[in-house]
Amino acid sequence: MKPAPFEYHAPTTVEQALSLLAEHGYDAKILAGGQSLIPMMNFRLAQPAVLVDMNNIPDLAFIKAGDDGLRIGAMTRHYQVETSDLAAEHAPLIHATMPKIAYPQVRSRGTFGGSISHADPAAELPTLTFALDAKFRLVSLRGERWIPAREFFFGLFTTALEPDEILAEASIPPLPPHSGWSLQEVARRPHDFALVGAAAVLTLDANGRCEDARLVFLSVGDRPMFAERASDLLKGQEVTPEAIRAAAELASTEEIDPSSDIHASVDFRRHLANVLCRRAIEQALERAKENKE
Amino acid sequence: MESTAQNLFELAVTVNGTRYERTVEPRMLLSDFLRHELDLTGTHVGCEHGVCGACSVLMDGRPVRSCLMFAVQANGHEITTVEGLGTIDNLHPVQKSFQEAHGLQCGFCTPGILTTVVAFLEENPDPSEEEIREAISGNLCRCTGYQHIVDAVQLAAEKMK
Repeated sequence: MKPAPFEYHAPTTVEQALSLLAEHGYDAKILAGGQSLIPMMNFRLAQPAVLVDMNNIPDLAFIKAGDDGLRIGAMTRHYQVETSDLAAEHAPLIHATMPKIAYPQVRSRGTFGGSISHADPAAELPTLTFALDAKFRLVSLRGERWIPAREFFFGLFTTALEPDEILAEASIPPLPPHSGWSLQEVARRPHDFALVGAAAVLTLDANGRCEDARLVFLSVGDRPMFAERASDLLKGQEVTPEAIRAAAELASTEEIDPSSDIHASVDFRRHLANVLCRRAIEQALERAKENKE
Repeated sequence: MESTAQNLFELAVTVNGTRYERTVEPRMLLSDFLRHELDLTGTHVGCEHGVCGACSVLMDGRPVRSCLMFAVQANGHEITTVEGLGTIDNLHPVQKSFQEAHGLQCGFCTPGILTTVVAFLEENPDPSEEEIREAISGNLCRCTGYQHIVDAVQLAAEKMK
């Protein structure tokens, strides 16, 4: 058999799952959609002693809208977000991106919380939740805590989650009026992990000046790469072509940390980041101008 | 699902309309379960890490990669493999279309593509070429260059109207 042996548990409530994690600690691994973990187990790169399967916990799969925005349960499958009218209305950037995430078969199983907890720096959802200023509810037998996406991602496949904690849900706040968004990516084949991705979320004030900006990149560092200085550069001024160029230049030269592999060199990734950042700001700006609500 | 002393699990799963009960190790992949325990070797195993799509089957009507699921996770669910689509004498319209439009050469990727396409056409009976290419984006074929597969899906959509 491909994977190494493990002890398997399929709890039906969050409490049962948390008890198992408290009992087994670092020996336990959470199985959500399995679309990243099971390949690693098939290669025996991952050999967890204990597997806690979350797929039989219905309480963790939901999409709800309220005054505080959209709440997506961790075990909500990608295809459920992709086909959700609530997601389209309340988190259009997330909704528009779902079809770009892997393939139909993977979206049938892969989960929202699984992708975020896995924290692959090439994945879309960590970067998008960061750019949208989402926060995550983490629960353990010790209690629960909310943590902003911008404080959640520590590094390669590493997050703020303690071994006895699970990510229960993500809360995505509504964007203010005059806001726009964009995700621009380049991949070798559509749906593959992107060589580089650039997300832009912009909010304009009543005079059309940039009130808030968040530029966040994927695949160019060990986590979602927030170009904070480039984002600040846009704030308080009119978003002119010159301002866009300056922000993209700063972000792509100083605020990302790409590496070379067989698909792209560092220089090429920086070039892509520059171009994609520019396009992302431009499209976000267009949407912000149209979005008057 | 019952756990036994050696960390074996009894599972009950419906495959192509037939209910099966087996006792398996939890690490057994659904793809291996279908092939080795149920002798349903129509489901092909290619990369075994979720890249090629050859092992795609339907779970509760949705396409999934059977190499990226444990058999125990199918407990209580309904699986459809290529064997459940049609028979030699009575091919599914999608199978018939692949035959007529030369949608396969070596046939290794075909079971995964057929199951994926059957689910896709149920959801989207009148797809554009681009939508078809999106739908089969998770299935690698090294023979056809995909053109005849797209043709076959278009033909199937026509037949099923």
